[in-house]
Amino acid sequence: MVTTTPLEAELLEIAGAVPDPELPVLTLQELGVVRAVHAHGTDTVEVELTPTYTGCPAIEAMSLDIERALHAHGVRDVTVRTVLTPAWSTDDISAEGRRKLQEFGIAPPRVQRTTGPVPLTLGTTRTLTAPPVQCPHCGSADTELLSRFSSTACKALRRCLACREPFDHFKEL
Amino acid sequence: MTADMTLDATTRTAALALGDDALVLSHRLGEWAGHAPVLEEEVALANIALDLLGQARVLLSMVGDEDELAYLREERAFRNLQLVEQPNGDFAHTIARQLYFSTYQHLLYAELAAAEGPFAPLAAKAVKEVAYHRDHAEQWTLRLGDGTDESRERMRRACGALWRFTGEMFQPVAGLDVDGTALEAAWLASVTAVLDRATLPVPEGPRTGAWAAGAGRQGLHTESFGRMLAEMQHLHRSHPGASW
Repeated sequence: MVTTTPLEAELLEIAGAVPDPELPVLTLQELGVVRAVHAHGTDTVEVELTPTYTGCPAIEAMSLDIERALHAHGVRDVTVRTVLTPAWSTDDISAEGRRKLQEFGIAPPRVQRTTGPVPLTLGTTRTLTAPPVQCPHCGSADTELLSRFSSTACKALRRCLACREPFDHFKEL
Repeated sequence: MTADMTLDATTRTAALALGDDALVLSHRLGEWAGHAPVLEEEVALANIALDLLGQARVLLSMVGDEDELAYLREERAFRNLQLVEQPNGDFAHTIARQLYFSTYQHLLYAELAAAEGPFAPLAAKAVKEVAYHRDHAEQWTLRLGDGTDESRERMRRACGALWRFTGEMFQPVAGLDVDGTALEAAWLASVTAVLDRATLPVPEGPRTGAWAAGAGRQGLHTESFGRMLAEMQHLHRSHPGASW
């Protein structure tokens, strides 16, 4: 068991407070991608960062933003290391993160036990699986899938059948 | 980045094979940008390409410098399956290629993720992404197969045309500890079930043997691959080390 020093806890908080470059309403801590901070002395720090998707191009911006934040805090030598294990899941998004996504107009991912696409039956694009994806604008549960892929890899495009607004859904991974 | 020397040579050979599959298919899917039938599909294919590119970067970095490997190798040095280098054709061809490959990749990564080997970390992550690729391909196969006369005929033609490239996926790859026979049986059962539901015939003709295609893993590629590589590599080769 690795123990976290008070310094590491403080630096973890600073790294975790960096906003996500694509979804600036979320912090990296709320997204669940900052895994650990290891301090070697007070001047050399290593941060473990995990990508949401393997090909997520935001990871480079995240690394730079973390380095900048820690430099600003007086840490001279910052290394951000990408770790794949354990694989990130949308279940790692905090409750506060989900609330903020919803407020921002993105339907948050549903909490899942198994991962992968939520099975759909052919011929319907409506949500028949429980719990339904709710419209982040009006709250209706009557929404339909437009496309499994949207503006970024992590989102699907849906439409609300009650208020007719299209919206992004942070899909389960 | 230099090669990860903690990995043995056969593991790096396997990483090259899987990395080249992901890189080449990523590039092919990227060719749809600006040409897809609807905007949502344009975005979907680009997103799938991006997932594959991410996998390729991890896998090729296990072998050596990712840019050198992608941009400075000759055709014969690529170890990808011939299936993934096949031209996009019409949309049905692209979907048939996606169906065959994503089903294989999903089954393969699930197995690699469950094992303790060097590919487990990437496979455990990528298997979740590939599940969406497979779902996307299956849904489109159903829509096109069980669609209009025109879409059904095009999908039937596409599935048939690519059938002879599917046997190669299950040939043993050094450094990849998977049961090819079991993988093939699972793949065949899954693809057959999807084609049945899509009211499409399971193509006839050989998938392995003298009349089937194959040998991409040995560096032998089909005619169109050279042109694809020329387009993929020319900028880097014309302006070495360029950046913006």
